[in-house]
Amino acid sequence: MIEYNFAYLDEQTKRMIRRAILKGLAIPGYQVPFASREMPMPYGWGTGGVQVSAAVLTPDDTFKVIDQGADDTTNAVSIRTFFERTAGVQTTTATQEATVIQTRHRIPEEPLNDGQILVYQVPIPEPLRFLEPRESETRKMHSLEEYGLMHVKLYEDISRHGHIATSYAYPVKVEGRYVMDPSPIPKFDNPKLGDMAAIQLFGAGREQRIYALPPYTQVTSLDFEDHPFEASKADHGCGMCAATDSYLDELIIDDTGGRMFVCSDTDYCEARQAAGHIGKDNGGKDAA
Amino acid sequence: MYVAVKGGERAIENAHAWLAEERRGDVTIAELDVAQIREQLSLAVNRVMAEGSLYDPDLAALAIKQARGDLIEAIFLIRAYRTTLPRFGASAPVDTGAMACDRRISATFKDLPGGQILGPTFDYTHRLLDFKLAAEGDVPEAPSREAQTGDVPHVTGFLNREGLIEEAPQDDTPPPDLTREPLEMPADRALRLQALTRADEGFTLGLAYSTQRGYARNHAFVGELRIGKVPVEMDIPELGFAVEIGEVTLTECETVNQFKGSKTEPPQFTRGYGLVFGQAERKAISMALVDRALRWEELGEDNLGAPAQDAEFVLYHADNIQATGFLEHIKLPHYVDFQSELELVRKLRNAAGTGQVQEAAE
Amino acid sequence: MQAETLSGGFADPSLHSAHAFRSVMEAMARPGTLQDISGAAPPAPLSPAAGAVLLTLCDTETPVYLAGDADTDAVRAWLAFHTGAPMTGPSHCTFALGTWDALTPLETYPIGTAEYPDRSATLIVECPTLDAPSATLKGPGIKESAMLSLPEHDAFVKNSALFPLGLDFIFTSGSRVAALPRSTEVLCADSKPLSREEGSA
Repeated sequence: MIEYNFAYLDEQTKRMIRRAILKGLAIPGYQVPFASREMPMPYGWGTGGVQVSAAVLTPDDTFKVIDQGADDTTNAVSIRTFFERTAGVQTTTATQEATVIQTRHRIPEEPLNDGQILVYQVPIPEPLRFLEPRESETRKMHSLEEYGLMHVKLYEDISRHGHIATSYAYPVKVEGRYVMDPSPIPKFDNPKLGDMAAIQLFGAGREQRIYALPPYTQVTSLDFEDHPFEASKADHGCGMCAATDSYLDELIIDDTGGRMFVCSDTDYCEARQAAGHIGKDNGGKDAA
Repeated sequence: MYVAVKGGERAIENAHAWLAEERRGDVTIAELDVAQIREQLSLAVNRVMAEGSLYDPDLAALAIKQARGDLIEAIFLIRAYRTTLPRFGASAPVDTGAMACDRRISATFKDLPGGQILGPTFDYTHRLLDFKLAAEGDVPEAPSREAQTGDVPHVTGFLNREGLIEEAPQDDTPPPDLTREPLEMPADRALRLQALTRADEGFTLGLAYSTQRGYARNHAFVGELRIGKVPVEMDIPELGFAVEIGEVTLTECETVNQFKGSKTEPPQFTRGYGLVFGQAERKAISMALVDRALRWEELGEDNLGAPAQDAEFVLYHADNIQATGFLEHIKLPHYVDFQSELELVRKLRNAAGTGQVQEAAE
Repeated sequence: MQAETLSGGFADPSLHSAHAFRSVMEAMARPGTLQDISGAAPPAPLSPAAGAVLLTLCDTETPVYLAGDADTDAVRAWLAFHTGAPMTGPSHCTFALGTWDALTPLETYPIGTAEYPDRSATLIVECPTLDAPSATLKGPGIKESAMLSLPEHDAFVKNSALFPLGLDFIFTSGSRVAALPRSTEVLCADSKPLSREEGSA
C-alpha cells in the first residue's frame, strides 16, 4: 500500500500553497494564482479548501468541517474523514473547540476567536466572472480598480426590481481596494466577514486561486447610498431552538407543503437546544 | 416531531459497499483481471494514459476496472495518483523521426521514403458486428515481415526543403508546465499543446470538427500520421550522458494547412501538430486541427470569433476532470444559497404585486 | 561535503514545516505579534528562526538572494542541500535574507505588477532584537493598533504607500519571528504617515 504524506499533499506542493497564502494575507482580497493539484476528490467539491487546509493543519489542530452550516452533510463527512485519515487530526463538530474550520457556503453563527482559522471552499473566485467571462479582462479590471461594471449590474437590479437581486455570493470590497467574492455564503453572513478575529482563507481549486482576509480587515458589501446593503434571512424563528438571530433552512415537512424553519448551523442549534431553548416544532411553545 | 437527518458517515460507507458489489457484477461470471483489460481494451487504456497524463498501462487498466469502465472516472483516478508521484527529472525530447512505426500514413503523398504502413487500424473494417467474437476463439496469426530499420523522415521536412511550408525551428526553451504552474493567458504554443494533449477527446473532436465545418476553417491535410514506439532518454548528471530509461508508444499527427500569405510572408503551407500517448489517432488529428486554429494570431490571420480560435475558451474548458467535477458538484447540497434565492424571489414578487395594486389604484 | 551542510534541517520535515508555517502565517496575518519558530539549526550567521523560515518556504522554485554577511559558502551549501533553492541577485529574488543594512536599499527588489502584485519579493530581515517596539502599526490584521520593533521607518512608510504593490517583510531574531506585510500602515512616534497618493507620486 502507498503511504501518503502528512495531510496528503507532498511538501513541495504545501510550500507552494503556503507561499500563496502569505501573499494573499499581504494583499487582502487579491486572488493569488496557485498551481492547484489534482486531489483525490472532484473539482467543485472543495479541492481548493482541502488544499488550503492541508497546507495549514498541524497535528495539534482540532478540525471541523461544515457544508451548508451542517457537520453531517455527506460532503462534510467525507472531507472530515479524509483529514482524520491523512493528517491524524482531532475533529469536532463544536465551533468553539475547533482551531481550523473548513466551510462551504456558511460562516458559523458563533463569533470566531483569534485562535481560529476559517477556510472557505470557493467555486468561482472571480466576482466579475458573470459580467465578463474572460480572465484576461477581469484581471485588467482589478489592476485598474475598474469596478464600474459591477455597480452597473447592481443598479440595473434596483431599477428593474427595486432591490439588488443578489442574495448569495454578494460581492464585497476589501480595505477600499479589491472587490472580492465571499464564496456562495448567503448575504446574511456578509457582515461577519469584516472585523473578524479569526484568519479567513479562501481556496478555489479548479480555478487555481487563493485569497485571504487577515483578522480585523475592513470588508464592506457593495451598495448605494439610497439602497444600503441589507443582510436578510427568513422572517421566522428556528423551529427547533427558537433562535431568531440565525440563518434558517426551510424544510417541507408534509404532503400539503407545510413548512418549518431550522438553523442551518447545526452546532449552534444543538448547543441552544442543550441549553434549554426549545422551538415550537420541537415541543416548545411559540418561538421566542 | 421533526428529527434532523443524521448518519452521513454510514450512508457513505454503505454506498461504497454497494458500489463495490455493482462493480463486480454477477459473481458467477469470471472476474476481469487487470492484464486482460490492458491487453484487450488497449485503446481505452491508451485514452486513460493520454488524458491522465501518466504512461503506465497497468495502472490505467486498474483504473478502468475500478471505475467500472467509466473512462473519465478512470482518468480522474490516474490524475489523482499522478499528483502524488515525486519528480526525478525531465526526459530529453523524444525523436519521433526515429519512431519504430506500426502505422504511418500520409494523405498528401502517394509514396514517400519510409513508405505507407497501414498498420492495425479500424479504417477499412466493415462495421459489422462480429458475432464470432461473442464466442471464445483463437485469433489466427497476422502475416508479418522483417521490421524496417532506420529513420522515417517527416513529410513536412520534404516540404520545408522547398520552402513551401513555414519553418518550425528547433526551440530548446523548457516548455511551461500547466500541472505545476497556474494557467495564465496568453498561453504560448507549447502550453496550448500540453493542454490539448491531455484534453478531453470528445471536446477536442467537437472543436476540430467545427473548424472543418467553417468555424475558422483551416483546410487541413493529414501530412502524416504515425504510431509507434520511441525510446525515452534522460540525462543523468552524474554520468554526463543520456541513458535510455524505457520506451513509449505515441501517435503523432502533422497537418499541412493552406495559408494565403500575409504582408510579411509569401504564400506557403502552415502546420498543425498533435502528439498523444498511445494509439490515439482520432485525438491526435483533432489536436492538430485545434492547434492550427489557435495559431491565428501568430500567423496574422483574422479572428473570426470561432470557438476553436479562442485560446481562453478552449484551454479553460478542455479538461474533463475540471469540467466533470464542477458540473457534478451541482448535485451537492445548495440549501443555503437556494434559501436565500427563495426569500429574494418572494420579496420581489411581493414588491411587484404591491406595485401592480398601486398602479391600478392610481 | 561538510557535516554542517547535512545537519540542521528539520528532523521531521512535514511536521516541523507545518508548525513553522503556522508561526509565519500568524505573524503575517497579525502584524506586530511575535511568534516562536523552531526546528532548524542553520550555519552562522543565520538565526534558527531565519533557518526555519527558509526551510519552510524555499525550494527549487524560489530564487533566494543572500545579502552581505549572510552570503557565505556554508549558508549557500546548507540552503542548496536542504531546499535546492537557486541563488540570485536582489532584482530576481523571491526571498532575500540578511540584516537590514545589507538588504537596503529596497529599490532593486521586485514589487509585483499591477496585474500580479503577488509577484514580489519577501525580505527576511535578521534583527538583533524584536523586543524594542519603535513603530505603531495600523491596518488589516490589527484590531486597533500594534507596536513592532522596526530597523527604520521611512522605507516601510514608502513601501506601504505602494499598495497593492510592494514588498513583504519577515523579521527574525533568535527563535522568534514577526512580519510586516505591505498592507500595514506604519506610524512612528513623531511623524505622520504619507498618504497613498503622495507615496505613489
